[in-house]
Amino acid sequence: MNEEMILKALHKVKDPEIDSISIVDLGMVETIKEEENRLIIELLPTFMGCPALDIISENVKKQIISLHLYHHIDIQFIHTPPWTSNRITERGREQLKSFGIAPPPAQLSESGDWEVSCPYCGSQYTAIENLFGPTACRSILYCKSCKNPFEAMKPISTLM
Amino acid sequence: MYRTALVELLYQLADDDFILAYRGSEWLGLAPHIEEDVAFSSINQDMMGHAAMFYQLLEDLGEGDVDDLSHSRKTNERKNGVLLERVNGPGHYLGKHEFDWAYTVVRHYFYTQFKKVRMDSLKTSSYQPLADVAVKVRMEIYYHLLHWKTWFLQLMQSNSDSRGRMEKAVQRVWDDVDSLLCYGPNGDDIVKAGLIEAEDKLLQRWKHFLTPVFEAVHLSIPEKLKPAAASGREGVHTKDLEEALAVLSEVYYMDTTASW
Repeated sequence: MNEEMILKALHKVKDPEIDSISIVDLGMVETIKEEENRLIIELLPTFMGCPALDIISENVKKQIISLHLYHHIDIQFIHTPPWTSNRITERGREQLKSFGIAPPPAQLSESGDWEVSCPYCGSQYTAIENLFGPTACRSILYCKSCKNPFEAMKPISTLM
Repeated sequence: MYRTALVELLYQLADDDFILAYRGSEWLGLAPHIEEDVAFSSINQDMMGHAAMFYQLLEDLGEGDVDDLSHSRKTNERKNGVLLERVNGPGHYLGKHEFDWAYTVVRHYFYTQFKKVRMDSLKTSSYQPLADVAVKVRMEIYYHLLHWKTWFLQLMQSNSDSRGRMEKAVQRVWDDVDSLLCYGPNGDDIVKAGLIEAEDKLLQRWKHFLTPVFEAVHLSIPEKLKPAAASGREGVHTKDLEEALAVLSEVYYMDTTASW
């Protein structure tokens, strides 16, 4: 199995709603395996009701087919382990910022409050406007320093 | 017997989320303010996603296709608690209506807190695929619970008009809540199979979570719950459910073979 080529192809599959970050950097790719000439890719959905899952699955298929390595490709969404926001890679966190979305706080504080830096100016002087945003995985915030509204990826952890 | 108990519980879980997600979605464009519209839509989408997962577990057990399970089952085959099927208020969302926001807040707060307790227990379910889904659902409803608790506290502590409406809503929800907490006629088998803990354990835990919130707004929790008027777990429902199913399945029935 040419894992390097497959990974490279998967890096081309972006989040349909945030086109700066790949599903690999989002931490959605759990396993890539080969069984009897069949390539199986197991993905973790960020949120269960995410309507982008079918699109992601189709895009993964297209990228793998373009490699001309496998005739049979099986894309599965699994729930164990559950996707958590700390699966996003360092590079992914930077890519989110470049899209104007603050990466999720690395760790939840004990009080459950988050401290989110503004993706534009880096200020910590921000406020949550709405825990719920335009997609299930995002919240709406406001930077009191540079006066920009912005979004943040919600922290999601099994500790919650 | 294990399979029968498992399937029974899964229908309850799936149908509960399905119908309340629908009731929530009827508020689209009508919520008290624009931020709430965004938040509530997101919550409804999550809940529909949870229902879809539970229906998927049923499909995996050979119960049929997820779309059929959610759309084609008759009223008397539905297992949701009656509390969750009640209309948001008189009227229709497309026309004249008097939807009750207080009732919505109370019902969603009670339900979400119960769902949290239920998922906590399902984490150690003897059916591993269900335990896995519970872990995932639990993380997502963290934000739902925060949301409804905030609304509940704020409306309870606002002016007398708001307080009056909330107290009325709480009374209405108490009257129906038993329909949600019970596991129905196969309850003993469900518990014996190790699928979930006993009803009274969950009830106690649920009350334990509600207590500090109720104390903060000087309301008491009734010692005994009123027995439910209709047992949704046995497929006995109100006209409200029948009408809701007719509306939400309308498009599906236009062409049941259409691919989405």
